[in-house]
Amino acid sequence: MASPSVYNGSGFDFSNVTRNSFLEGRGLPLPKATSTGTTIVGCVYRDGIVLGADTRATEGPIVADKNCEKIHYIADNIRCCGAGTAADTEFTTALIASNMEMHALSTGRKPRVVTAMTMLKQMLFRYQGHIGAALVLGGVDATGPQLFTIHPHGSTDKLPYVTMGSGSLAAMAVFESGWKPDMSREEALALVAAAISAGIFNDLGSGSNVDACVITATQTDFLRGFVKPNERVEKERRYVFKRGTTAWKKEEIKNLVVSETVVGHGEQMDVS
Amino acid sequence: MQVDISRLKAGEVNLGTSIMAVQFKDGVIVGADSRTTTGSYIANRVTDKLTHIHDRIYCCRSGSAADTQAIADMVHYQLQMYTQMSGGPPSVHVAASIFNSFCYENKDALSAGIIVGGWDKEVGPSVYNIPLGGGLFRQPWAIGGSGSTYVYGYCDATYRDGMSKEETVEFVKNTLALAMSRDGSSGGVIRMCVITEDGVERLFVPGNELPRFWEGEEVISGKKRVDTAEPMTVEA
Repeated sequence: MASPSVYNGSGFDFSNVTRNSFLEGRGLPLPKATSTGTTIVGCVYRDGIVLGADTRATEGPIVADKNCEKIHYIADNIRCCGAGTAADTEFTTALIASNMEMHALSTGRKPRVVTAMTMLKQMLFRYQGHIGAALVLGGVDATGPQLFTIHPHGSTDKLPYVTMGSGSLAAMAVFESGWKPDMSREEALALVAAAISAGIFNDLGSGSNVDACVITATQTDFLRGFVKPNERVEKERRYVFKRGTTAWKKEEIKNLVVSETVVGHGEQMDVS
Repeated sequence: MQVDISRLKAGEVNLGTSIMAVQFKDGVIVGADSRTTTGSYIANRVTDKLTHIHDRIYCCRSGSAADTQAIADMVHYQLQMYTQMSGGPPSVHVAASIFNSFCYENKDALSAGIIVGGWDKEVGPSVYNIPLGGGLFRQPWAIGGSGSTYVYGYCDATYRDGMSKEETVEFVKNTLALAMSRDGSSGGVIRMCVITEDGVERLFVPGNELPRFWEGEEVISGKKRVDTAEPMTVEA
C-alpha cells in the first residue's frame, strides 16, 4: 500500500476552486444547472391540504421539459413540491422519502410532516444554501393538516397558504385575495388552480399545465394535468413534402444487418 | 482579521426585525414584529419570532432566519438534555450561555442577533442580549434588529425600574410600533409573551390595531388628515 504523501494530503481536493474562479474571471463561466423557474403552492382547507405546481422546466431561456413533475413523494400522507435546482429538489426529496420510510419502519408509527420538515431543514442548513432546493411541504398526520415552506438555507415557515418559486408573487396575489378559512375541497382546488395559472400566464419561468395533489386523513389523490390551458392545437396546414416531390433515377437497397454464426471452440466443460 | 459578519448570503431569508425584551417586577415580556423578507419581498407577514426554548425561557430572533432557527433548535435540544440530567429546569443564564457559545464559536459563519428572556427560581426575571459578535450581556431591557436603532432614545426616555405588567406591556407595544413605522424591514403585527413564575401568556396586536403616533398632516391644503382606517374591500 502506498504511504501517504507529504505533498498530497488526504481528504477533498479543492484546487479546482482556484482554477474555476480564474477561468470565470477570464470570461468562461461554469455551465448552469437546470433550474425549475417555477410556481408551486400549498393551501390548507377543511379536510386537509391541496398542493399545486406548474410543469415547466427551464435551462436558461430554453424550456427543457414541457410536462415535468414537481410534486414529489415523501410518504403516503406527505408530498413535497420543489422549486430551484431540479436535480437538488429531486434528490433531496428522494433521500428524505427514503429516510422517512426507515423512520416509519423503526418507530412503527405513521410518519409526521414535522419529521420530514426537520430532516429537510437540517440537511439544507448543513449544506449552507449550496443545495438549491426551495420546497413546499404538505401532509396530514396524527396532529392534523400541516403545511410548511423550506428555503434553500434551511429556514422554515408554517402558514395556512404558501407559494414558492419565480411565480410565487403572482400566485400569492391570488391567495391573498381569495383564501378563506374552512374551504371545501372544490373551492380549495379551484383556488390552487387559479394561483398556479397566475404563475403560468404571468411568469416567464413557469408554464404548461397545472398539477395538483389533495391530501386528506384517509387518502391522497394526485391529479396529474389537473388543468391543461396550453394544449397544442391541430396545425392549420401540413408542412410535409408530398410523396414523389424529389425525382430519382436509381433505387438500391442494402442490407446493413451483419449476420454472423458463432462456432464453438475450446474443450467441452467436464460435467460428469 | 476583518470579518464581515453582518452580511447575509445571497438570496438568504432575512429577519430584518424589531425585537425587544423587558424585565419587570414579576417576570419578563418579550416582543417582536412579524415580518420576514427575501430582498424586497415579504416571505412571511405573520412570522413568530418569539421562540420557545424551555418552559419559562423564550428567545427573540433577528438576522438570518435559517441560522437563528438552527441555533434555537440546538439550544432547545441542549436544555432538554440538561433538564433530564440535572433533574430541574435550567436558569435563564444557562440558556443564554449556550446561545452565547454557539454564536461566539461560529461567529464567522452566522448572522444571528438573539435576545433571551425568562424566569427562573434563582434570580427571578432576567434578560440577556447576545448581539452579532457573540457577546453576552445581562440588561434590564434589550432591543434588537434593524428597527431597534430608531427607538433607543424612546426606550432610554421611557423605561423605569419596577414597572407593573400592564405598564411594561404598553412600553413594549409602543416601542415596537414606533420601530415598525420607521423601519421598512419591520412590520406586520406585534407578538408578545408575558413570562412569569405562573406561566406564559401570549399577546397579539393585529396590524390595524397598532398604537398610532404623529403621522403628519397635509402640507398644501393645510387641512387636518382625515382618518380613513377602514380596510379596503375587494370584490370577490
